[in-house]
Amino acid sequence: MRLIKNKIEQNGSGMVTLCPEEPEDMWHAYNLVRPGDVLRASAIRRVTTTQDTGSTSSARVHLTLEIRVKNLDFDPQSSQLHVSGQIMNETAHTKIGQFHTLDLELNRNFTLEKVVGANGEGVGWDSIAVEMLKDAVDEGGKRRAEAVAVVMQEGLAHICFIGQFQTILKQKVEMSVPRKRQGGGDHDKGMIKFYRVTLDTLLRQMEFNTSITSGSNNESVRPVLLASPGFVAAGFQKYIQAEATSTPGLKRLLPSVVVVHSASGYLNSLSEVLQSPAVKNLLSDTKYARETKLMDDFLDQLRKETNKATYGPREVESAVDQGAVGRGGGILIMSNRLFRSQDITERKRWVSLVDRVRHVEGGEVRILSSDHESGKRLDGLGGIAALLTFPIVEEDLDSEDEA
Amino acid sequence: MSRHRVKAVGYDDDEYYDDDGYDSPDPEEQELLQRTTAEVLQKLGAGLPSVTVTKDEVQETLYYYYYDVEKSVNYLKGKKEKELKKQQASAAAQKLKSQSFAFAHQRLDYVLTGQPGSEFPTPSPPSAHFSAADFFRDCPWLHVPSHRKADILVEPLYPRLGLLGGAPEGGGKPSKLAMLAAARKKKEAQSATSPPETASTKQPGSEGVLSPDPRAAPLSLSERLAKSKATKSSELSSGLAGLRRPSKPSPSASTSHANKPCSSEPRDAVPEPSKSVPAQVPTMEQRSETSKSPELQPRVSSLRTEPSEFARVIGGTSAGQTLTQPSQLQPSDLDVLKIYGLDRFAEQFFDFAGPSPDDVVLNAQNTAKGLKSKSAASKSGDKKAQDDMANGMNDLSVQEKVTVKSKNLNVLDEYNKSKRKKSANFVVIGHVDAGKSTLMGRLLADQGAIDQRTLDKYRKEAEKIGKGSFALAWVLDQGSEERARGVTIDIATNKFETDNTAFTIVDSPGHRDFVPNMIAGASQADFAVLVIDSSVGKFESGLKGQTKEHALLVRSMGVQKIIVAVNKMDAVQWDKGRFEEIEQQISAFLTTAGFQEKNISFIPCSGVLGDNITRRSEDAKASWFAGRTLIEELETSEPCTHALDKPLRMTIGDVFRGGVQNPISISGRLDAGSLQIGDQVLTMPSGETALIRSIEVDSEPSDWAVAGQNVVLNLANIDPVHLRSGDVVCRSSSPIPTITTFTAKVLAFEHLMPMMVDVHRGRLHVPGRIAKLVASLDKASGAPIKKRPKIVSPGTVARIGVEMDQAVPLEAPTRIVLRSGGTTVAAGLLE
Repeated sequence: MRLIKNKIEQNGSGMVTLCPEEPEDMWHAYNLVRPGDVLRASAIRRVTTTQDTGSTSSARVHLTLEIRVKNLDFDPQSSQLHVSGQIMNETAHTKIGQFHTLDLELNRNFTLEKVVGANGEGVGWDSIAVEMLKDAVDEGGKRRAEAVAVVMQEGLAHICFIGQFQTILKQKVEMSVPRKRQGGGDHDKGMIKFYRVTLDTLLRQMEFNTSITSGSNNESVRPVLLASPGFVAAGFQKYIQAEATSTPGLKRLLPSVVVVHSASGYLNSLSEVLQSPAVKNLLSDTKYARETKLMDDFLDQLRKETNKATYGPREVESAVDQGAVGRGGGILIMSNRLFRSQDITERKRWVSLVDRVRHVEGGEVRILSSDHESGKRLDGLGGIAALLTFPIVEEDLDSEDEA
Repeated sequence: MSRHRVKAVGYDDDEYYDDDGYDSPDPEEQELLQRTTAEVLQKLGAGLPSVTVTKDEVQETLYYYYYDVEKSVNYLKGKKEKELKKQQASAAAQKLKSQSFAFAHQRLDYVLTGQPGSEFPTPSPPSAHFSAADFFRDCPWLHVPSHRKADILVEPLYPRLGLLGGAPEGGGKPSKLAMLAAARKKKEAQSATSPPETASTKQPGSEGVLSPDPRAAPLSLSERLAKSKATKSSELSSGLAGLRRPSKPSPSASTSHANKPCSSEPRDAVPEPSKSVPAQVPTMEQRSETSKSPELQPRVSSLRTEPSEFARVIGGTSAGQTLTQPSQLQPSDLDVLKIYGLDRFAEQFFDFAGPSPDDVVLNAQNTAKGLKSKSAASKSGDKKAQDDMANGMNDLSVQEKVTVKSKNLNVLDEYNKSKRKKSANFVVIGHVDAGKSTLMGRLLADQGAIDQRTLDKYRKEAEKIGKGSFALAWVLDQGSEERARGVTIDIATNKFETDNTAFTIVDSPGHRDFVPNMIAGASQADFAVLVIDSSVGKFESGLKGQTKEHALLVRSMGVQKIIVAVNKMDAVQWDKGRFEEIEQQISAFLTTAGFQEKNISFIPCSGVLGDNITRRSEDAKASWFAGRTLIEELETSEPCTHALDKPLRMTIGDVFRGGVQNPISISGRLDAGSLQIGDQVLTMPSGETALIRSIEVDSEPSDWAVAGQNVVLNLANIDPVHLRSGDVVCRSSSPIPTITTFTAKVLAFEHLMPMMVDVHRGRLHVPGRIAKLVASLDKASGAPIKKRPKIVSPGTVARIGVEMDQAVPLEAPTRIVLRSGGTTVAAGLLE
């Protein structure tokens, strides 16, 4: 995402103009835009006019609309963000107060304005929002590190794209492969068919051009991680190799294929994939690898029952109150799902917690993407967890409200 | 004129018709003609748009309609109107009748504007110069310019036929077409029968009459031509007839000429249509001649030959007909079909018109139906083909429902009556490379379940790839991958019988990656055989690995009895100390895992050598062991009781194609209930019903099956996409519920916290997550110790809530296993 214009005032209100450049930027926009904000973007609106005679005609007009956001709808699969709200500016075709759903488009600027309301109806650009904006705006231009992972087992394959902030399950291949039976060759046949379908799907999702001519332009191929328990992934790699003899275009894919072990063919074993040494070499220091590492550390700590790790909103808050999330190793881990909350007081609660840990306690704050595997694990723990500097006594919080 | 009339003509009754009658009209007919002419004229004059026609015209028309006044009037009216229109439209074209190209165009007009009355293509302007040969002269064969093709295509055949057969149904003379057909038929039959004269035919029409000189007809024609200037269709038809006639008994030089190329065709249908082209051309030539002198005839005949050359050219290639003939058919294939109906002429005629698109389709249909293409055009054939097609579509679209008659057995009675051996399923578990498959291979080989020849084959093949020691394991490791890698991947079932028990072996993989498969195997087992590698280092690594995990798993799956086979004792020289050390460690572990002391037994053995499997070891070093051999130990197993009278439940272990007769088969073990052939069953979670076509119990056909048996069900009336291994077969009367969340009381093997887990139950495994830890419980009493623990440590019992992404068929009480990251984290009972 490119930052076109930045006019954030001291008090936190202000506006920024951004230009999304790649699909993942939509995800950033999804995190930045919150209900109550004012969003200005180009739109296509169908305008129906009624003549005096009663006949109606409708036309699609290009407008620049400004809406007060009411609702967000994000489709991670196609990376599309639909923002609906009420129109703020009057044009020849629209009235103030009419509803409109803006579809943010790639390479089209949009302006986002957040205001701090006098009576607290807006939070403006708080520290989290500014941080997210920084994340969103790609300064180094090395954001593009991306990998394709195929997590598979017999008869099941998940093809997912691992981005900086998101893991998108692109497609699931499910097929019934006959089991081995006495004297039956169905199993091998079934596996070949399964491999074929998976490869076709993978190439389609990668938009990989298998024609020989496309090899000349030397475009880089994203790393492809094949992960499975047992020999399925290895078998799949062998299948790709065999296919490459008949389809020379596939040869370009071969060097970037890495086979790794995973415990199962389900997506939740992706963390194991991302932690494997082979993948770490391949994708050094990417955000998701760090996040996964952090979560593993946390769970380790939890397992050891040292009481130096805690999770859950109230537990973490009480730990922060006790000063356990401070200088010297205190890490507050939060899922960005919490900041997406519709409830302003809820968001304020988390933002103030983050600010407190960061500025008052001196601890570290890590915000995990809920669209990553590690973030999902964190969500399972209530979306918030903390590594503590010293063990704290487990309080018996008999709270029933946080289910 | 309508087609139906033509169709109705009975050709068989027709008799050979001769134009000679025109030459000598009998006075009776003359009189009739006079009378009807007057009548027609009167009627025409009386008509509101009064029509003026010449007497000659009227007579000509009457002649055609065989003095049917009504028809003649109608026809003349229509014709006059038409002419009027024509004159307005293109007076010049109408008048200059010599322009050759106008001929085709006008015909086109007639076809397009064809009112019933004007269907006759008053073959207006055909010129003296028109000939097919000329027309095609500059066209390379098969490369006729498209515009010209259009002209040809348009040339309507059937209207002409219609005109020929213009007589009313009941009476009047038969159509000339009909007579043509009759003539041809006769020729074919090569019989000189003289058909009885019908009352309707005015002509004597015997062979004798016909014999007179063939040129008489054209002559008479031209005579008539001189009289009538307007109606021309007549001579077209009569010309055709004239041409046709000589070809039969006494072929004249000219016509035989024309016929030659055609008659040389193998198909007798060929001459018929191809002739029409040459036939019609001379007619035109003739008509243009004003002179009717007989001496003109030679010229006419010579003219006739010209097109015949062309015809010959065409006739030389089979494709030739495709060009000339279909041209007249294509304007309205459908109509033509209707016209000809069932008659053979049409059949053969159509056979000729192969290239028409309809025919292509019909032929395709017919060949598909295995019918002869000849019947393609016949109406019934057509209809039938369509019906068949429709039926075929039905067959395709609606899946054929198979009905299998149920014998309505009382399965439980049958079961009680049946004198079966007691049967037992046991699962073989242990760490990878402990020798599970080899041990079982040895057991099967020694029990005679595998013949020596197969075993030798395996041995040879195994040695070929340098894995000679795996030969016995190959009895169970049937997969190519398994053999290549020397590792069992999936469970394999095999059976053997002792004197009083039928055993089913479930050989499970030891590798940690395939624990899900092992869980599937364990869920089918009544008791377990734990195989332990006694060699130094292997035992220790196994204890940390899958020896422990498997033992815990089978226990949590409800297995009570376990036989520990301490394998590879030959590798440690049957060291008694080693055996006792292992026995001590394992029994300590197994008792903590929940096995009762009396249900654990230890056997030192060697799978490769076969010692202490079915026979006692002959090795002196092993003489210290006096206990039971493995087979003896197996036979002590007590039969398990199964829930026979509970509702049917069966977890599908495998979905496969059982063969040609059984396209969809499923295998598995009946968990509860019973079933029989013809039962309607429901598969969950797809919710589809299926019919049991046949049942195999332990590879033997059976009419019924009860819980505890390993069955193969051959299903019908279900699509295989609805069946996956792990699905549950039940009855629609008591379906298994599908759920997305459940609470379970589990024993934690690892730390439990809200986390991602895979939920396993037999073959079924789905991703899910522990949503909440409800409470940790007291092991003995089950009373909650601590509510909402943050983390559950290994070895404690806890009540947890699990959510799954998809709805799965699960119902309490059932045993589930939770795994995460390749390890079993918990196992327990669904609540």
